[in-house]
Amino acid sequence: MIDVEKLSKSFGDHLVLDNISEHINPGEKVVVIGPSGSGKSTFLRCLNLLETPTSGKITFEGVEITDPKAKIDAVRQKMGMVFQHFNLFPNMTIQKNITLAPVRTGLMNQDEANQTATALLRRVGLEDKAGAYPNQLSGGQKQRIAIVRALAMKPKVMLFDEPTSALDPEMVGEVLDVMKELAQEGMTMVVVTHEMGFAREVGSRVLFMDGGHILEQNEPAAFFANPRSERLKSFLEKVL
Amino acid sequence: MDFWTRLYEGLPEIAARNMWQDIYGKFYQAWFQNDRWLTYLQGLVTTLQVTVIALCIGIVLGVLVAVVRTAHDQRRPGTWNPVLSIVDFICKIYVTIIRGTPMMVQLMIMGFVILKNSRNFTMVGALALGINSGAYVSEIIRGGLMALDPGQSEAGRSLGLTYFDTMRFIVIPQAFKAILPSLGNEFIVLLKDTSLISVIAGKEIVYFARAIITRTYEPMFPYLITAAMYLIMVLLFSWLQGKLERRLRESDRR
Repeated sequence: MIDVEKLSKSFGDHLVLDNISEHINPGEKVVVIGPSGSGKSTFLRCLNLLETPTSGKITFEGVEITDPKAKIDAVRQKMGMVFQHFNLFPNMTIQKNITLAPVRTGLMNQDEANQTATALLRRVGLEDKAGAYPNQLSGGQKQRIAIVRALAMKPKVMLFDEPTSALDPEMVGEVLDVMKELAQEGMTMVVVTHEMGFAREVGSRVLFMDGGHILEQNEPAAFFANPRSERLKSFLEKVL
Repeated sequence: MDFWTRLYEGLPEIAARNMWQDIYGKFYQAWFQNDRWLTYLQGLVTTLQVTVIALCIGIVLGVLVAVVRTAHDQRRPGTWNPVLSIVDFICKIYVTIIRGTPMMVQLMIMGFVILKNSRNFTMVGALALGINSGAYVSEIIRGGLMALDPGQSEAGRSLGLTYFDTMRFIVIPQAFKAILPSLGNEFIVLLKDTSLISVIAGKEIVYFARAIITRTYEPMFPYLITAAMYLIMVLLFSWLQGKLERRLRESDRR
């Protein structure tokens, strides 16, 4: 589904991603873990071109999105993204936050979008917040709304950039529950996270990144039980 | 004869006046005599006209320049749009020249060099002020657009919205609220700078105040009256601005 070939990204002299090749299949739940500064967020942000790769090729459903002529807006409509800091639009109601993109991109008319929004909000248990503004919500509620906002575009793949890192500990669960449910429905997901429990339980494959490389990857049980590289061993010792 | 004129007629000769009588005599000459207050009001109307015209020119120019420069700064790396680069370069030169030279010099160049054949001095002044204001407004707007959390436009773009839709629905509405105080300040500066167009014979308040001085040889009151008029206009505007800001802030707490 997403094919990454020899992807490199540097900020000035600092090489953040070093020649990464990776393939993400439909239905996979790829969890990316690693120490901060390892390039995992940059990797994720390259997938929908929020960061422009320095070199390399990314193909999504047969479209080479790193080509400067690619219609990136059309590609992004099929890739939902959830941010660490939610990035809800504070100048709009929740309803408008969710319906803006589907309506403006011509995916739905306002009525359809409203119905979609209501249905999705009910799913995450926030249907009474449709008329509220983002500042009136808690962090966990904001992040659930952000997931709903991305889902309203009916994406083929969802990218999560540390979705629970900015949350109070007691709100992490409610967001992870929504993500687990999404995973069970078969959504293709790429998740950058520090939640090892989530990686173990939901992931179909776990990637360990350090220093701009994917050092190790495996299916979750083996990944956590038998880490091969020393670097991963020491990392897991610290976080588990 | 009205009350003020009778009071003036009743004053003793100039040499024999006490301090208060002297002050009243001068004030009468500067304000009531020959209905001069109408002249100030005429100047006031021109000042407001010039301000409004210059403000419109300034905002249009400012928005255009800000949008071009921001679009150029935020273009996708690896893509190169020659038209945008050229327009951006022109915008940069415009802002540099306007910010790097004094307002008064710009006015004189506009009035005595570029448009030296125009007799409509007031409009020439309004044009020069508008062009000047545009450079500052563009920097204010650009600052507002850049100060907004980049996550906001990233969120918009990640949903598949176009650059312009993201600007229109997400970035600009939020930036507007943030730059309102600076824009108000720029408006006040502009309002006061209209006094400069008297150097190219624009007929605003200072122009008439000077004309009155050449008749009465008494500068104190005409200039004080001019100052008071500007002060009242600015106070009035600050009050309106405060009201608008409070209104916008209230929408935050909904």
